[in-house]
Amino acid sequence: MNLTLKIWRQKDASSKGQMIDYKVTEISGSMSFLEMMDVLNEQLVNAGEQPVAFDHDCREGICGMCSMYINGEAHGPDRGVTTCQLHMRMFKDGDTITIEPWRAASFPVIKDLVVNRSAFDRIQHAGGYISVNTSGNTQDANSIPISKHAADEAMDAATCIGCGACVATCKNSSAMLFVGAKVSQYALLPQGQVEAADRVRNMVAQMDLEGFGNCTNTGACEVECPKGISLDNIARMNRELMKANI
Amino acid sequence: MALDSKVPKGPIKDKWTDYKNHINLVNPANKRHIDVIVVGTGLAGGSASATLAELGYNVKAFAYQDSPRRAHSIAAQGGINAAKNYQGDGDSTYRLFYDTVKGGDYRSRESNVYRLAEVSANIIDQCVAQGVPFARDYGGLLDNRSFGGVLVSRTFYAKGQTGQQLLLGAYSAMNRQIARGKIEMFNRHEMLDVVIVDGKARGIIARNLVTGEIERHSAHAVVIASGGYGNVYFLSTNAMGSNVTAGWKVHKKGAYFANPCYTQIHPTCIPRSGDYQSKLTLMSESLRNDGRIWVPKHLDDVKAIKEGSKRPTELTEDQRDYFLERRYPAFGNLVPRDVASRAAKERCDAGFGVNATGEAVYLDFAAAFERYGKEQAKIQNISNPSEGKVKELGQAIVKAKYGNLFQMYEKIIDENPYETPMMIYPAVHYTMGGVWVDYNLMTTIPGCYAIGEANFSDHGANRLGASALMQGLADGYFVLPYTIGDYLADDIRTGQIPTDSPEFDAAEKDVTERIAFFINNKGTHSVDYYHKKLGKIMWDKCGMSRNEAGLKEAIEEISALRKDFWQNVNVPGTDTEYNEQLAKAGRVADFLELGELFAKDALVREESAGGHFREEHQTEDGEAKRMKDFQFVSAWEYKGEPKDAVLHKEELAYENIEVKERSYK
Repeated sequence: MNLTLKIWRQKDASSKGQMIDYKVTEISGSMSFLEMMDVLNEQLVNAGEQPVAFDHDCREGICGMCSMYINGEAHGPDRGVTTCQLHMRMFKDGDTITIEPWRAASFPVIKDLVVNRSAFDRIQHAGGYISVNTSGNTQDANSIPISKHAADEAMDAATCIGCGACVATCKNSSAMLFVGAKVSQYALLPQGQVEAADRVRNMVAQMDLEGFGNCTNTGACEVECPKGISLDNIARMNRELMKANI
Repeated sequence: MALDSKVPKGPIKDKWTDYKNHINLVNPANKRHIDVIVVGTGLAGGSASATLAELGYNVKAFAYQDSPRRAHSIAAQGGINAAKNYQGDGDSTYRLFYDTVKGGDYRSRESNVYRLAEVSANIIDQCVAQGVPFARDYGGLLDNRSFGGVLVSRTFYAKGQTGQQLLLGAYSAMNRQIARGKIEMFNRHEMLDVVIVDGKARGIIARNLVTGEIERHSAHAVVIASGGYGNVYFLSTNAMGSNVTAGWKVHKKGAYFANPCYTQIHPTCIPRSGDYQSKLTLMSESLRNDGRIWVPKHLDDVKAIKEGSKRPTELTEDQRDYFLERRYPAFGNLVPRDVASRAAKERCDAGFGVNATGEAVYLDFAAAFERYGKEQAKIQNISNPSEGKVKELGQAIVKAKYGNLFQMYEKIIDENPYETPMMIYPAVHYTMGGVWVDYNLMTTIPGCYAIGEANFSDHGANRLGASALMQGLADGYFVLPYTIGDYLADDIRTGQIPTDSPEFDAAEKDVTERIAFFINNKGTHSVDYYHKKLGKIMWDKCGMSRNEAGLKEAIEEISALRKDFWQNVNVPGTDTEYNEQLAKAGRVADFLELGELFAKDALVREESAGGHFREEHQTEDGEAKRMKDFQFVSAWEYKGEPKDAVLHKEELAYENIEVKERSYK
């Protein structure tokens, strides 16, 4: 198929950006979206132009690097996938596709479609861990049984890849799905109980400091999340925060 | 320089304990004055950074990604081995050690593997304490699954995302230390050279990938944890950015590079579909627990399937060739990866491949649906369930176990694997070779260490499934933090290493000159043009099977391609901005050297062992034929061009295992 791409180009964080049109031809439906971008970039390099910068690494939907806002949706029109898993069979010959970076004040653009998500790292520094040394002198792994239900729910929360689609999607640029997932993982497990109150307080405080907005229960984040992280995690985080502050 | 593996004396089961009891320690007050650089933040680098920081060292960690959490360990799916024997099925430290050495086709170092098996149980304890949500049974205890090449269930897992959960565990341990200021994290940075001062590794030259700035970083020791070099094939299951640069730079500065030809081709990957393909996607080996691998028995059926006039589900049992079960009745679909991959290639080469490219075999879950479905019907007290009900119940169980893999497959191939069997084909996945290290995980450069996939030591010529995660974390959490202390004990009075020395000047000059060359060359071909060409040579001539003529051609072709690259490569943009093409040019330049050494190593190794299959050396049944004369590690010393590299041999002695024919029949 032949496509028109409208892509956000921005030289660096301090320059002003703009949408530029490009044409790509002979795109196959079994290409991934990023492979289509590779075709465009090869075309640009061979024409002596600057290729479009975008973040990507594992290309199998788990590292969380790729981050394109396609036709007004984080990771594009498919559900339960990251941009790298989106395939061109979702589009039709002659389509015009709009490609933007994640848009949120807390994720400043580095170049073109690459944004800086270090705010997510800083939230994790504030408490996204259990304070146990890696000495190897911990107790036997089976000494605390954990119900299958709790372990599975913790796993569902822990499955978050930290891509930031939730923030990009949210009209408030809220990071509560991301933070809620991390808080939940530990809140659901016995190992996380000791520091539960401090953890949720510190992580939420850092989240606010980074300038992320609040949740107004629209639920777009849950729909766009490539890993299907549930809104329940936000509720759980709120409950944990309330508990911590009583 | 003669190779000294520094393996401690004494019985194998006491070596590590004894060693730990006698090494030099650094007191906590002195650790505060010692800096360690860790390059790479996957399971090995991440866990090492966290532990070294907890111990009190000042750690500087480097990742080319935007966060340590994105290192490619995150993509490991199936699980992590540990000799816990929770299932009571006869597992033990010795058995894990034995399986690993045998699985590696008797080409790994006994003492290192035994230590790995010994600390494996601790890893699980540690990860659970960190809040890693491993799968559990209804009693609340940890669940296990079985992997290829073993007869016990010792693999711990977190759905099909075990690597992700373990890496997030290590990342969380890092976060705690980053918050305390004990780890200084350099995201979006790439190491471009190591700096040697008075014969010791004392720092690195790194490039900030956002601003293009060249930075000098000094330390008392440098740890390379930058993963494997599978991307030398262009198409592999590695992340797009995975590269050999850090390992190759230390090699060029004096670290020997061991067994580059040992590459793992993983059997259960999604087949390639076209020339535009940028990478291959792996599906966990755990699928072989429940999936049966087959191709049609008759070529007519293959033809009919390719033409679309027949569907695979229409073939009756006696029209199918379950070739692994046929050839290897004892291990069946769970033979080790190298064996499974070669068997699939053999069938496809004989014309039985089931997709358009002729490079695909089936992985079928119909039998598992039925088996689990019947079991569930019993549990749920459903008497005389219909065939449809059994299938539905069985599919639910399979979905719970491998749901994410099935979804991934469907998104890529656009076929529902619950209804039609999956198609799979082998792809490059892991490199057992790497930087040579001694028992302390130190390279031949004093103060320079290599851990995880970046080193060579534990997997021999073939790695067993679920052992990469085990080795990464063992090295990082439990081995390196001890061994490095023994070395650093001599550095307590050294003080901070200055970065204004002539050695740093020289290293920085080399780096900046190379970058300037790329930017100013304005050639005719893109970096990917060369990478793809290199990949094709590697796959065709250094792939799943190799022969003398092909390897000799590969050496010539790669050498010519490298020359062409240095004349005609085109890198757009400047060196003072975010420039992915520039970063990639440097990586491909290093792959172009490694590739040639790889072919040379494969040529010299006149035997078949594990992932290295030389067509000249096979048994009558087409199995790999090992040669007693080659029971050594090939450690290559850099001497300029790859063709001039000098071979050093580390002879391998097996005192605790009898070296036998590796049979899975």
